[in-house]
Amino acid sequence: MIMKQKSVALVGDQAVAHAVRQSNVDLIAAYPITPQTIIVETLNEFLSNGELSARYINVESEHSALSAVIGGSLAGGRTFTATASQGLGLMQEVLYVASGLRCPIIMAVTTRAMSAPINIHADHSDVMGSRDAGWMQIFCENVQEAYDLTLMAFRLAERDDVLLPIMVNLDGFLISHTMEDLKILEDSVVSEYLPPRVASLKLDPERPMTFGSFALPDYYTEFKRQQVEGIENALRAAPEEWKRFEALSGRKYTVTRPHFMDGAEIALVSMGTSAGTARYAASKMREDGLKVGALSVRLFRPFPSEEVKKALVNVNVIVVMDRTVSFGAYGGPLFNEITPLLYGTNDSPTIANFIYGLGGRDVTWRMMVDATEIALKKKKTGEKIPKAQFLGVRE
Amino acid sequence: MSFTSLKNLPLKESLAPGHRLCDGCGIPHVVRYALKAVDDHSVVIVNATGCLEVCTTPYPYTSWRVPYVHTLFGNTGAVASGIVETIEKLSSEKRSQYFDVIVFAGDGGTFDIGLQALSGALERGHDFLYICYDNEAYMNTGNQRSSATPMYSRTTTSYAGKAIPGKLERKKDIIGIVVAHGIKYAATASISHWRDYMTKVRKGVEVKGPAFIHVLQPCQTGWRYDPALTIKMAKMAVDANVFPLIEVEKGKYKITYRPPKKILVADYLKPQRRFAHLFLPENDHLIRQIQQYVDQNWERLNKLEKFSETG
Repeated sequence: MIMKQKSVALVGDQAVAHAVRQSNVDLIAAYPITPQTIIVETLNEFLSNGELSARYINVESEHSALSAVIGGSLAGGRTFTATASQGLGLMQEVLYVASGLRCPIIMAVTTRAMSAPINIHADHSDVMGSRDAGWMQIFCENVQEAYDLTLMAFRLAERDDVLLPIMVNLDGFLISHTMEDLKILEDSVVSEYLPPRVASLKLDPERPMTFGSFALPDYYTEFKRQQVEGIENALRAAPEEWKRFEALSGRKYTVTRPHFMDGAEIALVSMGTSAGTARYAASKMREDGLKVGALSVRLFRPFPSEEVKKALVNVNVIVVMDRTVSFGAYGGPLFNEITPLLYGTNDSPTIANFIYGLGGRDVTWRMMVDATEIALKKKKTGEKIPKAQFLGVRE
Repeated sequence: MSFTSLKNLPLKESLAPGHRLCDGCGIPHVVRYALKAVDDHSVVIVNATGCLEVCTTPYPYTSWRVPYVHTLFGNTGAVASGIVETIEKLSSEKRSQYFDVIVFAGDGGTFDIGLQALSGALERGHDFLYICYDNEAYMNTGNQRSSATPMYSRTTTSYAGKAIPGKLERKKDIIGIVVAHGIKYAATASISHWRDYMTKVRKGVEVKGPAFIHVLQPCQTGWRYDPALTIKMAKMAVDANVFPLIEVEKGKYKITYRPPKKILVADYLKPQRRFAHLFLPENDHLIRQIQQYVDQNWERLNKLEKFSETG
């Protein structure tokens, strides 16, 4: 049954804070960093007003923020923290411990460029630098999605067949500080959807266990192998959980979001807020008679290879938009995920990779049209997989 | 609870005898006495990366009969903070059984890489006991200098050569640092003085809020003495006033043990080959300098104690 919902206007950070407030969270570790700060500020306001039952620790660094929620998670609690950019960088070694110890921590990351030069605006260099840390990664396109995907993340992370932490990525300022109207569920409905956590393994004097032991070459590989199983189970688990949420909210979520992809000959593939721009660019190009579609990749870790392949297998020209640089690599991270999937299919399509929007640089639908034109030229010249190039750069 | 004789101590061993610590290692004493002191409490151990962790948890084995967590080298203060806050909430909601949290971390994990996380946790006032086992260098990686390494000690990164006679800097005053946070209980202890140590552990666990105990833990492989002498080395450090036994309750300093027969610093340094170079004739003045610093520190502690008594 679709539940009654309230329409409110919030910025993305506030929407995330509301989702956390409603989610029966036990422990929040907070450290300020732009553009995430509004999340921990809003949560603290809830706490001071008696609207939040979680314990709240003002830690002295992001390294400690993630360490504290690992402790809380192993004690059996539901935990949340948030960060961006340098904060995520400082957490680097802790990220691997959170996933290795199978802690279902939820962390909102308001994506932001990595220093130097210092910059506070959106790009994906922070989250892409942590893509192999064993965390799930989900990209939001707008404020409503930031709210919904945060709520849903707790259930997905805590499933015994998954049991892994999740980064909910919302583009800095473009979502975190942008006010939009959204629908939020009643507190009681969320509480029923997400009752207090019951951890199957935890620190318990009645049942002593050793967490974080020392595994040498004779066992380390098996630990990693099991992590792979957990994260790959999420490919099945995420759609199940999202369907359950759809039944409550009426909002449908899928691991990828295809737009005009049926019969498309050209595809614009992107993640996060640019996906809306790509859809608009596709519709504009459709007006000019080009068969363009757009594909938004919502779940980046685990990567939904089957769905992406299915969506792109009959497309001739693929434009892959990466909001980060993989220095010294042939292309960006999204390009590197997609290209091998299409090897040897459909007489091999042209796959053109564009680096865009670094440090918050605006990307317009016209730039996406330019990128498509460049890709079509490559197709004509027979260049199947050109090296990644910058979009909208001063040379 | 008072600890009258070794024979009357609880028999329960929360750290099983099967572990991989060196012969003559002082760490098991640090852990066993502490856990015997709070035998009637449910405890969870948080451990920093180091000798204790490596030698007690080689998968698929564990030496721990109580719940145990190790995550990283420099974050135990933060991990303990998260566990304490969560278990307080979960136990009050009848979702989990309450337990006390005891941290064990070496000097590297406390004086150096873990100092920030420790400071944050002490400032916020979470209820846990932090025990630093101090073997005065990064012993797990093979004896590299830490800020707890004593002056003129030879380590592999403060080598005693013709130009430089070992570590040139003095040991960091960790008790001064933790006391400056205004915590209710801080103490030093030595594995040679088990009753003093266990009494302090008991106080540290029972005090509401963070408590800190700095335990000297002789390390035969790093200090390079006969492994049979571990307890003796710990006792000599106390008797030479190199490692005075004190406690600081609500800011008030108290010397908890006064060596009845004080020995010279040189007598303590002599059996340890990390100080062998100091016994070359040309380095005699260095030993005198250490003795002078030790005497000054003892005088300082006596003044602090007197000041604490008179207010």
